[in-house]
Order: sequence, then C-alpha cells, then structure tokens
Amino acid sequence: MIDFFQTLGHSVLSSFAKLGRSCFFLLQILAGILTVIPRPRLLTKQLYSVGVLSFLIICISGFFVGMVLGLQGFYILSDFGAEETLGVMVAASLVRELGPVVAALLFAGRAGSALTAEIGLMKATEQLSGMEMMAIDPIKRIIAPRFLAGFISMPLLAALFSSIGVIGGQIVGVGLLGVDDGAYWSQMQSTLDFQEDIINGVIKSIVFGFIVSWIALFEGYDAVPTSEGVSRATTRTVVNSAFAILGLDFILTALMFGDI
Amino acid sequence: MENSVSSDKDIISIQNLTFSRGHRKIFDNISLGIRRGKVTAIMGPSGTGKTTLLKLIGGQLYPEQGQIFVRRQNVHQLKRADLYNLRKRMGMLFQSGALLTDINVYDNVALPLREHTALNESMIRTLVLMKLHAVGLRGARDLMPGELSGGMARRVALARAIALDPTMIMYDEPFTGQDPISLGVLVKLIKELNDTLGLTSIIVSHDVEETLGIADYIYVLSEGKIAGHGTPEQISNSGSEWVQQFLKGNADGPVHFHYPADDYNNDLFQ
Repeated sequence: MIDFFQTLGHSVLSSFAKLGRSCFFLLQILAGILTVIPRPRLLTKQLYSVGVLSFLIICISGFFVGMVLGLQGFYILSDFGAEETLGVMVAASLVRELGPVVAALLFAGRAGSALTAEIGLMKATEQLSGMEMMAIDPIKRIIAPRFLAGFISMPLLAALFSSIGVIGGQIVGVGLLGVDDGAYWSQMQSTLDFQEDIINGVIKSIVFGFIVSWIALFEGYDAVPTSEGVSRATTRTVVNSAFAILGLDFILTALMFGDI
Repeated sequence: MENSVSSDKDIISIQNLTFSRGHRKIFDNISLGIRRGKVTAIMGPSGTGKTTLLKLIGGQLYPEQGQIFVRRQNVHQLKRADLYNLRKRMGMLFQSGALLTDINVYDNVALPLREHTALNESMIRTLVLMKLHAVGLRGARDLMPGELSGGMARRVALARAIALDPTMIMYDEPFTGQDPISLGVLVKLIKELNDTLGLTSIIVSHDVEETLGIADYIYVLSEGKIAGHGTPEQISNSGSEWVQQFLKGNADGPVHFHYPADDYNNDLFQ
C-alpha cells in the first residue's frame, strides 16, 4: 500500500516537474523567436521541412475526407429533400471542425513526430551540447525557428485541408450524385459566416499549431538521449498532441459556438 | 609532483570538486590544475567521469560542492552571457564530433564565425578554408557529415573548435574507435595545434600509448579520486598498483575481473 502511494506521489511530482520544465522551455522559445525574425533563412528552411513537406498528406487526406462528407451528407440530406444544402454541410464541417482538427492530427503525426525525433537525435548525438559549448544557444538557433515554422504552417495547412475537402465534396456531390452545382456553391456562400465560421476555424488551427509545435519540440529536447528514449518521446508527441488537440477542440468549440 | 591548484600558471583550477549521479559519487573532493600552454591528459577507465569533468569545466553541469575556475573566473557563478563569452575562448571536441547533420562541412566550420563575428562572407570563406586546410580537409568542404568517416568527422569538428581561435581546447576521447592512420593524424594535429597556436589542451582518454606520447602532464582518475598524477615518465614509473594495472591493461588486479557477486559455488548449487 505504501509502495502504491510512493509510486503515485513520485509520478505526480515528476509530472509537475515536467510541466514546469515545459513552461520554462516555452518561455525560452518565445524569447528566442525575436532572434529568428531578423534571420529569415533559418525560418524558410524549417517552413519547407515542417510545412511544405506536409503538403501532400494534407491534400490527399483533405480530398478524401471531403469526398466522404459529400457522400454521407448526400444520403442524410436527401432523406429530407435538402440535397442543395450539401455545400453548407461539407464546408461548415470542414471549416469549423474537421479542417483544423484532422489537419492538426495529421500535422502531429507527420511533422510533430519528425521534429521530436530530430531534436531527440540531435541531443543523443551531442549536437545540442556542441552548440552550447560553441556559445550558441540551441533554443534560439534550432528550436525557435522550428516552433515558428510549425506555428505559421498549421493554419495554412488547415486552410488547405478545408479547401481541398470542399472540392472533394463537390466532385462527389455535384459530379457523381447530381446535386446542383450553383446550389452547392451559393448555399455555402450565403450561409457560412466569415467571422463565426472561418475566423473561428483559423483561431483553432493557430492554437493547435502552437500546442503541437510546443509538445513536439519539448518532447525532443527533454528526451532521454538513447534510441529507446527518442522512440518513447516520439510516441509521446503523437499521443499527447492528439489528446491536447481533441481536448482543446472541445473547449474552443464550447467557447466559440456554445452557450456554456 | 603536486600540480598546484593555486599556481598562476594554471588556466583551469578545480578545487574540492564533488559530483554525484544518483547515489554514485563520480568525483569525491578532487582538486587539480591545468597548466597554461601544456597538453594535460585526464585518464581513467570508462565510467570514471572523464567526460563529466569536461562538462563541469564547460559549465554544462553543476558540481555538488567545490569550485572550478577557468581563467580565474568561477564557471558556475557566471551569468549566462559571461559564460557564453568564456566558452567562445574554449573549444571542445566531442567524441562523436557533434557536427550538425543538416548542413555541410563548410557551413559547420563557418557556424561559430557567423554566429559570433560580424565578418563578411568573403572573410568567413577565407577563415573556414584555412581551418579546414589545417586539418587536411579543405577538399571535403562540400560533403555532408553523413558522408564523412569517423576520423574525418573528428577533424572537421576540430576545425570548427579552432574557428574562433580559442585559448584552450578540450578533447573528449579523441582517439577512440579510430583506425591507425586516423589515429596518427589526430595525434599529430593535437600536438601541432597546441604548439603552433599556443593553446592549452585537455585530453580525456583511456588510450594509454597515444596519450602518454603527447601529454605534458597526466591525471589518472579512479573511483572518484585522483589515483595518480605527474609527467608521462612519472606515471609510467608509478608505484600505484592501480595505475600499473590501467597502463598495462591487466585483466585482474586492484580492479577485479569479476563484478561483485555472491560466492560462485553457492550461486550455482543453491
């Protein structure tokens, strides 16, 4: 029994210690961002590896999610004779929820895990220590550009995901199932609100980009510098990011659209 | 024989250093001094904390007790900016080389120059090529670290370590895992750089022959203490059984072949 409480106490304490380290790490990153701004080359290189290389998976996933939404939406809406509102359903689902959330989950799996593995391996191979000994702050030189790249890429990737999804929905709804093309687009335009739907979706993706980049970089930086340690850190990045994205999505949705 | 910790000739002075990892004491109240302009070797078997000592000197780890002075500055009481200024004058060669793997050899050597100086690219190019030429790898400037052999990676790391013309260099196991030619090149480079640039070199190693060949002064560490120290001749003639076992590589002696365990017969037939 005592062992149980001892283990419980130890894990609670270590969780709080890790939370404290991660918050301190975030403060260091935010301070480091100021040094990245005058050096755009550091940022563009990371924008390529974090953002551009995630382009394909986001486009393909967005396209299929849009097609499935078009298919499922059509079957449900046609029961009520409301096929013309398919465009609204597809676009609202994507812009409000699926775009930011699924794009963030994919981003965590593609770019987040890569960031953790990269930073973890840099730690394991003493590259970070080496920079410290050259009087170069790795937070400013290595971490902050990656964080900023993730933060900038995420909303753009979510917007891309939603846009491609709308086109996927149109191909299935209009092209295959016979929904009127004009109705698909005009209903969407007249019903979707820029502030209520699009801006709120963008805010969500900005928050997710911040959280996923923070988790991924911290897990890499805090990883035990061994093969097993980096492997565990990469897994934690994907799992913790997924929990954070889904939990925060509920909170943000409640704040934005609910009356809670 | 005492290499006085308070000597004016010391660039590094370690006083009453104690450091532990978990319950294991890595250093137990040790004091030593590193002479300016000399090659000093810290020797001992794996796990005696040789690399830890370099990280303590570089301010990457904090001691439990004791002080470390580098150029008369207490490393662990410096502010971050002052510590970074001190590190600009300290080169360190990591065992793995620690080259950044996403940039090529040229950019690795140019990195400290670009970060810490306001030199234009043309000047940086000249300096980088000079440093790479010094280690014999000017022709490898466009290779990526992944394309280098272990010995070449260490030479590039050495070029990077001397990029800012430091006053001292710390070498972490520079000879480990090297083929005879790479080994010979590294030994030659370390000695030549030390003599021609007037550096102070600290070599952490367990490669006896190479280290005895170039060191001016040697400390041998064992179980958190200094088991012996002196010039290579004094160390070679040391009366300490432990030092002799280490130098000759005997399988048994003060350091036992067997890890402490219960009686063998009891263990087998219990």
